[in-house]
Amino acid sequence: MTRPRTRVVGRPWAKVDAAAKVTGQTRFADDLSLPRMLHAKLLRSRRAHARLVRVDASRALAAPGVFAVATGADLPIAFGILPVSQDEHALCPDRVRFVGDPIAAVAAVNEDAADAALALIDVEYEDWKPIGSIEEAIAHPVPRIHDYGDLGNFHKLVSMEFGDVESGFLRADRIWDDIYFYEGNTHLPLEQHAALADFGPDGKLTLWSSTQTPHYVHRALAKVLEMPASRIRVIATPNGGGFGGKSDPFNHEIVVAHLSRVTRRPVKICLTREEVFYCHRGRHPTLMRVRTGARADGAITAMHFQTVLDGGAYGSYGVASTYYTGALQTVTYEVPAYRFDGARVFTNKPPCGPKRGHGTPQPRFAMEAQLDRIACDLGLDPADIRLAHLQPPDSLTANFLRIGSMGLGACIEKVVAASGWRERRGRMPPGRGLGLACSSYISGAGLPIYWNAMPQSGVQLKLDRSGGVTVFCGSTDIGQGSDSVLAYVVAEILGIDPFDIRVVTADTDLTPVDLGSYSSRVTLMTGNAALQAAERARDLLASAVSTQLDLPVLRLVFAGGRVFDAEDPGKGLAFAEAVVAAESKLGTLGTVGSYSPPPSAGRYRGAGVGPSPAYSYSAAVVEIEVDPESGIYSVPTIWIAHDVGKCINPVLVVGQVEGSVYMGLGEAMMEEMSYRSDVNGNVVHKFPSMLEYKSPTTMEMPDVVTFLIEDPDPNGPFGAKEVGQGPLLPIPPAVANAVYDAVGVRVDEVPITPEKILAALKSKAQGKAARFGPDRFPEIPYPEPVHIPTPAEGGDGRARDREATGAGGVRGAVAAKV
Amino acid sequence: MKSDAGPDSSYVAGGTDLYPNMKRRQQTPATVIGLGRLAELKGMAFGGDGAVFGAGVVLSEIENDPEVRAAYPGLAHAIAEISTPPLRNMGTIGGNLLLDTRCNYYDQNFEWRQAIDFCMKKDGAICWVAPGSPRCLAVQSADSVPVLIALQARARLVSAGGEREIPVEDLYRNDGISYLTKRPEELLAGIAVPAPEGWTAVYRKLRRRGAFDFPVLSVGAAIRREGDRVAASRLVLGGVASAPIRLTKAEEVLKGRALDEDAIREAAEAAAGPSRPMDNTDYSFLWRKQMTKKFVADALRQIARAV
Amino acid sequence: MPGYEAESRVALRLTVNGQPEEIAFAPHKTLLEVLREDLGLTGTKHGCELGECGACAVLVDGRPVLSCLVLGLECGGRSVETVEGMAGPEGLHPLQKAFADLGAAQCGYCTPGILLAAQALIAGNPSPDLPQIRAALAGNICRCTGYVKIFEAVELAAAWMRGEDAAPRRESLYGTDFDESGLLPVLPSGPGEGGPR
Repeated sequence: MTRPRTRVVGRPWAKVDAAAKVTGQTRFADDLSLPRMLHAKLLRSRRAHARLVRVDASRALAAPGVFAVATGADLPIAFGILPVSQDEHALCPDRVRFVGDPIAAVAAVNEDAADAALALIDVEYEDWKPIGSIEEAIAHPVPRIHDYGDLGNFHKLVSMEFGDVESGFLRADRIWDDIYFYEGNTHLPLEQHAALADFGPDGKLTLWSSTQTPHYVHRALAKVLEMPASRIRVIATPNGGGFGGKSDPFNHEIVVAHLSRVTRRPVKICLTREEVFYCHRGRHPTLMRVRTGARADGAITAMHFQTVLDGGAYGSYGVASTYYTGALQTVTYEVPAYRFDGARVFTNKPPCGPKRGHGTPQPRFAMEAQLDRIACDLGLDPADIRLAHLQPPDSLTANFLRIGSMGLGACIEKVVAASGWRERRGRMPPGRGLGLACSSYISGAGLPIYWNAMPQSGVQLKLDRSGGVTVFCGSTDIGQGSDSVLAYVVAEILGIDPFDIRVVTADTDLTPVDLGSYSSRVTLMTGNAALQAAERARDLLASAVSTQLDLPVLRLVFAGGRVFDAEDPGKGLAFAEAVVAAESKLGTLGTVGSYSPPPSAGRYRGAGVGPSPAYSYSAAVVEIEVDPESGIYSVPTIWIAHDVGKCINPVLVVGQVEGSVYMGLGEAMMEEMSYRSDVNGNVVHKFPSMLEYKSPTTMEMPDVVTFLIEDPDPNGPFGAKEVGQGPLLPIPPAVANAVYDAVGVRVDEVPITPEKILAALKSKAQGKAARFGPDRFPEIPYPEPVHIPTPAEGGDGRARDREATGAGGVRGAVAAKV
Repeated sequence: MKSDAGPDSSYVAGGTDLYPNMKRRQQTPATVIGLGRLAELKGMAFGGDGAVFGAGVVLSEIENDPEVRAAYPGLAHAIAEISTPPLRNMGTIGGNLLLDTRCNYYDQNFEWRQAIDFCMKKDGAICWVAPGSPRCLAVQSADSVPVLIALQARARLVSAGGEREIPVEDLYRNDGISYLTKRPEELLAGIAVPAPEGWTAVYRKLRRRGAFDFPVLSVGAAIRREGDRVAASRLVLGGVASAPIRLTKAEEVLKGRALDEDAIREAAEAAAGPSRPMDNTDYSFLWRKQMTKKFVADALRQIARAV
Repeated sequence: MPGYEAESRVALRLTVNGQPEEIAFAPHKTLLEVLREDLGLTGTKHGCELGECGACAVLVDGRPVLSCLVLGLECGGRSVETVEGMAGPEGLHPLQKAFADLGAAQCGYCTPGILLAAQALIAGNPSPDLPQIRAALAGNICRCTGYVKIFEAVELAAAWMRGEDAAPRRESLYGTDFDESGLLPVLPSGPGEGGPR
């Protein structure tokens, strides 16, 4: 794609909402209050797995200050983010599945009164055996945590094979077979989730909530409350951090809506920090076995990737998460034959879901750590083994992902040069080392969460005679700057100042649907929708200006707040005059834009996860200093390059890269969701607090040297691709690889703690394996794989049975969507 | 006032320890007696005998005081390692000395403790760290204490019945519940630290992050040298038991020797035995025990470097 | 509402953002609750209410403290500064402008507490270096930025407050070695205030 040249886009503007944020004027959900407002509190399960024999809230209802109570019987309809796993209830009707599952709710005059009333709710549990881990879920098919799922406590079991993997292994000079574990961790947004519901006298419901996905909340409310969606308005307040943790519809949102409907008063809830840990939806703990065959030059001939995810108590995004642990292995380096077996189990812990990188940091850690092993075993430089086998741009991967622009090579070269990789690696003083890793991420999922043929993003533009432009879009600003992106894109096309544009977003009454801030979709999808709406507005203005000034449309330039003649810049109209001309000629002005991703190339079952309009690429080098006596280490510097296609605003792109590095480093070094079983077998979160959930402070943050690579993608607005998630992915494996360079041991497990490094060093000193990590991968009843011939084998993206594949036939073709 | 309010009352100075505990219902006093405005507790004085800190002096004032930094750099450093800057603007030195013992089973809110069934430190009968334990194993976690003990600091306790001064070391008891020898009606009024007079003291702290975190192993070490020989030493471990632990064996090892690598290693070896951390803080307890040697040795090396 | 009695309140005088206030509130309320609920100053945030995140930091008599662990009652006669008091009629405080310009406020939730901690730092040390900035902000968790832009913004604002004509570093805005060939010149009549540097 030729490089688009721009005036507004590509420059380091402040965000359009920056002034509000730095003055404390941004109104987050818990900052809202309404007259007559009540406060709600949830009674949560103290048992990890139990049948509810009796829930009696009558004493609570009679308590001082209480206006209403609710239990599971009041809200019996199930919901969930994915159509295939509608397994949650606003309040548990008959079963509780983790410590923290909500059982009952109270609306009272204030939080203290609500809290006091919770203690008056009588709950009788009949304990069932809790399932606390992947191993227990496999060992105990009963009691089943859910009555649905693929087998016992397996929620999902999938297997697919692209090309002939066994022959691929036969072509390899050597096969590596390694096991990795990536511990679960959580988003820890600084803002606790909050929601305010107001069921008005007109019978209409308004819900303000700190959600990344108002559209999905809207759908869940309509379903559970059995109300027409047209009478429900969901307004997503600015999110005080999301990272994926606010992208499910949540029970507390439905509960306050219900309580407001019952009391006819506004009802607010703000979760405590402990409750935020129970909402979770964070990174799935994932055990992985990776078999990779490679030739002596490092070319991969085949890869067999097996995963098993600890899903926690509910489905959430888990089916998608499971597929994502196998989807993106193919987009960085050429993998000609690829098999993926994935499984997700239910356990009695808070549900896992999508955290920044959704399902891909775990396999990326395993793959990049193994690639470092392969390079070292083959005597190759880890940078070179990657550079030599990059997946080409404008290509189709073995699993039918369509790659557009691909700047990974440029990324690697940048960080290798800046870090002094070639001169320093392996030659640093004892205990110091460098590690390299790469990654890629989607710029929005190709398919929406529920099957439909409508656009994934819509934008409306209103222009009026004042010269004012308002952008309406359903997208949600979670701090990444999506409101600003809308303004910059429209300003670029109309040639005006982005700060003159008003942006109205995330309000299901006022704004066209956008699916939400997840899967790194917003810049690409809303950006394209805004681009289309703005171009249509520009065309309307141009036709009117062309008439008024008697100039051909093609000679008109929109820039600097004017519309003028390219050949005689003095001849033109101010932007407001151009709008007046257009409104005079055409009537009231408004345009719309929408975006639907291109169709996926894959037609096999499971092909819905992985396709994206564009893939971002990142490469990172981590420098580390390890004390071999203790295993304690620090990271002084990280170099990272990110191929963002084109920066809509570079300072915000740099900010996303730095923030991703931070979160990736937290996962690599210290963050983990830990649980313990008490003597009765009850499974509890070990320490649901900000003190004991270790999130890096200013004291741990290294220097970050960021390089932005612009390799424009034809599918991105101005060529832009994602940046919010991808740069997290290379950090954990780069840390692991740096540990190896520094002290010669591999930690095949995240987080990489001092204890684990020291254990690996001891193991090495005793002549045992120079590693720390899981030793065995459990027997998992993966199904027979679905066979999909690769593009190189002449495949058309459909599955075929094995004999037919061998014969080149098409018998048994299967096409289905996830 | 305290005797009026009875046993169901609690003094509070900075509130940084008590208020979180009250919010989690670990401590549930009916009456809280604020000491924040008692001017007598606020002073710092320096003289030939050493320094006297009112118990109500805010941590950041000690940490940033030029005289403290000059005379007791180890103490200033230990205090600077406490939690975070805003917390050190609130918390007091007295509050740090009296810091409640900590445990992953105890520092949890009411509902969490209800889910596992309450422990003996509050509302329950058992110690979940070691269900056979007859006593609570919650951990002494105050950063200032090991180095104050190493510096032979004394605590002044006052009550309606009079006042007494005891070594800070004697303020503690190795019991997670009854962790103080201070009587409930007594108020910690001040801390006196003798003049340094040839003593060099340092503090080393093990924690996950460079802020917020309590010590899960700490070393306060003070050494007085005559010539190149160790005339006297005081080595104290924190964060591994319900009370600070004096490392008397290690102290003996050092006596009369040059503070060289051999002596340091031997002393560190002798320090490992008394370090018996339990699985109730951050990091694995086995590793914390292993780290004892290293942290003691590092502390001694730091002193050896500081001529 | 059978049996419900409104909570008794205590009256207190204090100064908030330079303005004397006399308010009545339930005696168990923290300063955080008094500010947000009784004074409507919702710029002060909460992330844990246990002193474990720094989101609620405000200045009391010029010193950063955690408003979630201070009783309102303890603030009688004291001077409290919140984020709402930073900007004046002349516009944003230099720290606020630097945070806005550099994208140091992403979601903006930790921002008020960090701005106040930084303000106290610069008040005592007009030229803080990076280790000093790190140390002063060590009690404020930010989950969005990785702190890098925050450090840069504090350095920039401190320079402005010293009267220097400082500009953001190019690397802060574009990353290192940015290729500018995709940018057209900005027209002289082009975007003005709030515009790119």
